[in-house]
Amino acid sequence: MNYQWNWRVFLEANPEGTGTFLTSLMSGLGWTVVTALCAWVIALMLGVVVGVLRTTPHPWVVRLGNIYVELFRNVPLLVQMLLWYFVLPELLPVNMGDALKQMPDSPFYTAVVCLAFYTSVRIAEQVKAGILALPRGQAMAGRAMGLTLAQTYRYVLLPQAMRIIMPPLTSDFLNTFKNTSVALTIGLMELTARTRAMESHTFQVFEAFAAATLIYIVLNITVVQLMQLLERKLAVPGLISAGTQGAGH
Amino acid sequence: MFENFDFNVIERSWEYLFFTGMTFTLQLTLYAMVGGIVLGTLLAIARLSSFKLLSSVAGAYVNLIRALPLILVIFWFYFLVPYIGQWMTGASQPMKVGAFASCLITFIMFEACYYCEIMRAGIQSISLGQVSAGYALGLNYWQLMAHVVLPQAFRNMLPLLLTQTIILFQDVSLVYVLSMPDFLGAASKVARRDSRLVEMYLFVAVVYFIMAYTLSSGVKYLQARTAVIR
Repeated sequence: MNYQWNWRVFLEANPEGTGTFLTSLMSGLGWTVVTALCAWVIALMLGVVVGVLRTTPHPWVVRLGNIYVELFRNVPLLVQMLLWYFVLPELLPVNMGDALKQMPDSPFYTAVVCLAFYTSVRIAEQVKAGILALPRGQAMAGRAMGLTLAQTYRYVLLPQAMRIIMPPLTSDFLNTFKNTSVALTIGLMELTARTRAMESHTFQVFEAFAAATLIYIVLNITVVQLMQLLERKLAVPGLISAGTQGAGH
Repeated sequence: MFENFDFNVIERSWEYLFFTGMTFTLQLTLYAMVGGIVLGTLLAIARLSSFKLLSSVAGAYVNLIRALPLILVIFWFYFLVPYIGQWMTGASQPMKVGAFASCLITFIMFEACYYCEIMRAGIQSISLGQVSAGYALGLNYWQLMAHVVLPQAFRNMLPLLLTQTIILFQDVSLVYVLSMPDFLGAASKVARRDSRLVEMYLFVAVVYFIMAYTLSSGVKYLQARTAVIR
């Protein structure tokens, strides 16, 4: 192979003048983590609400929830990203659209909103599955005790369902970190975008991508470990999952 | 709301969008699905093999790829494939690989890992009695796999394999980062040429939605039908 390896390239100054290429990759990691975490928090709130709506006894509420899920699930993430970034400001009234376009860090906010909606659908699916996995008697007993429907969800169904679905939620959480890379198409300088910038500036393709790969692996392992810790803390006593390590990678 | 928009741009460019763009997307999806399922099944067999070395290499590969974002993997293979080609053929220059071939290799290598996990679950769901019965009849390992285990695993996992293929179909849009003429790439080229981003991206979203929704309804129907038989 006539490829010139140069691992010292990470210590060279980056073109933005913010330090070395290593600092630039680390700043990319920072954007990846912050974007993913913000998106996850919003997605969790949206996802739980939609997931709950889809299990209520009101058919038209269920239908609305289903439309929401199908809408965000059947359009590729990249297309959604482009819609939020390029199309939404044009559809709003002119002054609102201009305000959106001139907002500082607009790729970041767009990426957070887009990923939040996209991820909320997966969470809604899990929440629905978790609630449906509970014995019917749980909801009936809650209502028989005189709880309202909202109270039944708040005190009986959700506390159990959310703990059952921890393992699949972990994989959705990991996906959120990975999906953040799609935001490079709208100019978010996250890890993959920084790697690409480094590669096109130095032509050290394989060093740059090897470093990014390593960082993603470390990120992945860290998240899995944290979630397993949480899973063990939150396991429902008396279920099989409480005794095992849970489904991991 | 749409008075300033010009949806004629779709009428002017639909031949390019569908005959070039959608054809690229569908071909890539189809070939990557076939290649991915074949490679994924082999990986699953390797992961379940009693050869420690084989199973740990396959496991490491699958877990590595699953930890990475697809975009990063697309870039990896885009730069790596010419060098691998050079190394395999012993040429003096990195091999020139066409855009389609490069994307196809990427998607096969990437999606195989996800198909592998599905097939592994499928193989593990077959009862041990089936395996014992096969050996008792005098089948060897590969005959057992080909005639007893895999046909059942495939059938049980068919809905999941197809769902993964719908995800693959949507993932193909990411070749946009290499400026490839897939459906989204073609639409975005027209959009930039005519400055009609809004119309084109909305149209792309509607087309994707209709196709993916139809496919996933089909999978749901299939799932309901196979559930009755079991």
